[in-house]
This record gives sequence, C-alpha cells and structure tokens, in this order.
Amino acid sequence: MSLKVSDLRVYYRTLRGDVHALDGPTFTLADGEIMGLAGESGSGKSTLSKSLIRLDGRMRYVGGSVELDGTEVPIWDDAAMNRFRFKEISIIPQYSMSAMNPTRKIGVMIAELLESRGVRFKTVREELHRRLELVGLDTEVLKRYPIELSGGMKQRVVMVLSTILDPSLLIADEVTSALDVSTQRAVAEMLVEFRDRRFVKSMVVVTHDISLVYQIADSIMVMYAGRLAEKAPARTIIEAPRHPYTRMLISALPEVGVTYAEQRLTGIPGSPPGLLDPPKGCRFRARCPLASDECATEPPFVEVTPDHHVACWKAE
Amino acid sequence: MRKYFARKIFVYALTFFVAVTINWMIPRFMPGDPVQSRLARASLNNPEASQAMRDYYTSVFGFDLPIWQQYLNFWGALFKGDLGISVWLFPTPVTDVILRAVPFSLGLLLPAILLSWVVGNRFGAYAARSKWLDNTVLPVGYVLTATPYMWLALLLAWGLGIVAGWFPVAGAYSFALRPDFSWMFVSSLVQHWFLPFLSMFLVALGGWAIGMRNMIIYELESEYSNYLQALGAPRRLIRKYAFRNAMLPQITGLAVQLGTVVAGSLLTEIVFSYPGLGFLILQAIQNQDFFLLQGAFLFIVAGVLIANFIIDIVYVLVDPRTRIQLQGGVK
Repeated sequence: MSLKVSDLRVYYRTLRGDVHALDGPTFTLADGEIMGLAGESGSGKSTLSKSLIRLDGRMRYVGGSVELDGTEVPIWDDAAMNRFRFKEISIIPQYSMSAMNPTRKIGVMIAELLESRGVRFKTVREELHRRLELVGLDTEVLKRYPIELSGGMKQRVVMVLSTILDPSLLIADEVTSALDVSTQRAVAEMLVEFRDRRFVKSMVVVTHDISLVYQIADSIMVMYAGRLAEKAPARTIIEAPRHPYTRMLISALPEVGVTYAEQRLTGIPGSPPGLLDPPKGCRFRARCPLASDECATEPPFVEVTPDHHVACWKAE
Repeated sequence: MRKYFARKIFVYALTFFVAVTINWMIPRFMPGDPVQSRLARASLNNPEASQAMRDYYTSVFGFDLPIWQQYLNFWGALFKGDLGISVWLFPTPVTDVILRAVPFSLGLLLPAILLSWVVGNRFGAYAARSKWLDNTVLPVGYVLTATPYMWLALLLAWGLGIVAGWFPVAGAYSFALRPDFSWMFVSSLVQHWFLPFLSMFLVALGGWAIGMRNMIIYELESEYSNYLQALGAPRRLIRKYAFRNAMLPQITGLAVQLGTVVAGSLLTEIVFSYPGLGFLILQAIQNQDFFLLQGAFLFIVAGVLIANFIIDIVYVLVDPRTRIQLQGGVK
C-alpha cells in the first residue's frame, strides 16, 4: 500500500463555525495506482488533495491519519511536513501557469529551490534536461523567464519540476482544466508516462472531468459533500456504478455519437447540502431518488465486490 | 530596444516643449504688472522720470515686443542657457538665483526621500512578517501619513526648536556666518538642516512602510509563493522572492518622488524659511517675477522628465517582463 488515509477530518474555520469540508474519508492507494478523484465543487476533493501536502491557513486538522509507504505523515505539523514535501509528496497545482516566480529565470528558480531543499542542483541537472526533452521542451527554457513561455509550456515545466525528485505520491490538482482540449489529452498521457517511467509511484488526479480521467486512471474515487461516495476501478465506475450519485453523475455525461437536439442532457436536480452544519445520515439523501428511512443513518464505506467500495444502503 | 528608446525620447521631447510653453504662458497671464511693481518700489513722484523708468524696464525685460516675438526670443535665449534677469533680485541673472537655491533643495530632499524609502521599505517588510510589529508599525505609519505635513512641521519646529531649543528653526545656516568650509559653518549648516529633513523624512516614512507591508503580504499570498510552500521551500527563499517582487511598485513610487526633488518642497521651505527652490517660487510669485518663475518651473520640468527617463531604464533592468515586451516577445 502506497498511501493509506483513515478517517481524515479537516475543517475550515469560519466566523460562523467549522465547515466540515472533509469528513472522515478512509481509503488506500496501491503502488503504481493512478486514482482519479472526482466530485462537484465543494465535494471536498480539493481539500483532501491539499491536506495531503499542505494545510492552508484556514484549514484545521481535526482527526484521522495519513500513512505513506508505512510512515506516518504528520499533516497537522507544518514544519515536520517539510521533510515529506517535494521529496515524498509533491503537487502539480491548479495554477501551474502562474506557479513560477515571474522575475526569476526558470533555471535559476529551480536551482535555488533545489539547493534550498538540500539537493545539489548539479546532481539533478542531467535528469532535468532529459525530462524536459521527454515532455517536448527545449532545455533552453531554463534560460527564459516564465512570461516567455506559453501556458502549456509552463504547465509542462511545472510537471517536470514537481516530479524531479521522484516523489512517492503526486497530487495533480485540476491540471487539465485550464488547457484547451487538444493539450488536455497530451498532458493526461504525460501523467501516465511519468508513472510508467517510475518518476512517481502513485498519483491522485483531482478533476471534475470524469470522461478525461477515465482514460488515464486505474481507479476513480467519487466524493460528495465531504465524504466518499464510491471508489472502484475506472471501468467499473463508468459501466457499473453502484452509488445513486455516481450513477446520476455518469448519466449526465454526453455520449459519443448521440445528438442532443431533441432530448436535453439532464443534470442532477437540487444542490449539495451546506457543510457548516451537515445533515445527519447520508448526505445525498435529499437529492436521492432511492432515499428511504434507513438513509437517516450514515451508510458505511464498504467493499461490496473486490476493489469496489460504496457508501450506500441500496448498493448491495 | 533602440526603437523603444527612440520613441521614449520623442515623447519626452514633446512633453518638454509643451511644458516649457505653458511655463512661459503662466506668469504672463497672471494678473499684475511687474514693471508697475518695480516703479512702486522706486516710489517716484515725477511722472516724467516715472515714464522714463517704465520705458527702460519694459525694454530691458523685452515687454515692448509683440507677444509672439517674446515667445521666440525666449526659446532662442533658452538654448543659449539664458533664462533672463530676475525682476525681484534685479539685476541678478535668473540662472544664478536658481543655482544658488538648488543645492539647498537637493541637500534637503534627496536624503529625506532616499532614506525614508530605504527605511520605510525595510520596516514594511519586517512588519509583514511579525504580528507584533504589524500591530505597532502600521498604526504609527497611518498616523504619520495622515498627519497634515504643515502641522507636523510646525509641531517639530515648536517642540524641538522653540521649546527644547535644540535646533534653530529658520534659515540654512546662522545669519552671523558667511559661507566657507570652516567647522563652525558646516555644523551650523547641519543643525539648520536637521529639522526640515526630519519632518519630511517622517511624513514619507509611513507611506513607504504601509505600501511595502501590503505588497509583501500580497506577494506572500500569490501563487508562486504557494507553490514554493507546497514544495517545502524554506521561508527565507520565499521571503526573498516576495521582497524582490514587492520592490517593483516601490521603485516606481520612488521615481515619482525623485522627480519632484528639484521642485523643492514648498511647505518645508516656507515653514523653516529654508532658502531652496520652493522658497524661491513663492518669492517669485509674490514679486511678479516672470523670469524667475519661468526658470524655476523649467528646472522642475527638466528634473521630472530626467528622473522618469532614468526610472524607465532602471525598470527595464530590474523587471524582466518589461524587457521581454520591448524585444517584441510574448505578452
């Protein structure tokens, strides 16, 4: 097991009270697994992925544990986390386009960052050049400023930089959302390539684009209102989802070869519950067509068939 | 790059031409008659003598020529470095009057602006990193910037000058001394310089500190800082980047301030009767001295333009983004 998360709780502090953005997900990630993490805005997917590397100022660790390759990851301790960051756990942020200091040459910035983490730049320079070429960039980019690169080029530089120390876990946070469709595919394939070449051991790909992540992920985990709804191999999620939320999410996707002139694509009626004071029981209950009395009790996240976990009373 | 500077120089030349023309116009369209005021000072009773004197002055100052001729002559003289003769201090040439005042203004303003900039930026950057400092420096900064300058200057002059008696409150050196390089004269110079300097330093300090603090906080919350933090970069590196980037707008601010150096600071020089350019402008207006006013304004215009030009160049050097855009690179 590469990553093991148990009952992780991270809340946002606000003036009106705690927002229960991440309420006890428990899951594991196998070595070499690429997991797509899907869900709508406010489902807690970003909170989960950020918690694994750095809690921002408003986030408060409440409970639970994270284990990476058998070592406890102290996500509540910002200083102790520095040992893991970049070397063990790394991130390709959502804002890759503006992730680099605009007034430093890219190569200088990378060297300064590496040296500050106790890595001699000389020892990785060769590898850096190789990997830049692998993603289709000239090593000349190191002598340029970020503004001289296109958005896609900056994204690729950040991808290479984030993984240069061969971390065990890579979090790719909405990496494709700012790109045009043709580059989205290329970036997604690069992620797989990185895994295949063992630049990273396992990967969490946060996205709200299920159809894209389906093409690269081994498994997909769906979140809803701060909790896990379903986790299964990618194919199973698309073809045989068990959780009503996943089913509605998948059926809301357009299908290839079908014209939606007569019949409109339907969304999921209603909206997710507020997380300031989340409802008891299943959080999807209010929008669920199958809801019944037993849903007033929170359903456990259980393995219904091998590798297929669902949190729903009706999934059996 | 060359094209960029050629364009810049053209714009500066055009600005210079327009500004100088306006400078020439302003005193002439001001109400009042300088020749009349000179005559009044001579207080002649004889109308014939009075008429002769009027004719003399009118021709000396060139007021008998048609207005367009005056304008052309003005440009002609300007290129010869001749700014005319002061009416107020007749017959001293304007150039001499101004050159006598300039060192005092520069000596007062340059240190005040530069020191307040350096200290303010330091303070602001420190304030952004500690809650305790932030809670003390910031309110003090706001009070300092919000204080009407005149009031602060008067308070200093009254408190440290009159009540405590530590510093003199008027002039650039003791009236009992003649300018030379003696120890006594220099110490008197420094003593007279201190209060006006302090007042300007204090007022500017708050603004710089607040600006820098806000910029640092903004930079520390920017995305590249976030990314560095996520990759576990030490605070020192992140602070260094933030400080460098936060300096850019402060440099622009400094440029604008430096441009006004030559103008002197009217209020400071009036409150402390300091014989700089600002004081000179006030005298020129009160005495209807066209030529002196024109000359002083010309100095200011030239100063602002030169300072801006220098900053244009500095900016290209410190911010790669401007440099790249100049070379026709990506936006």
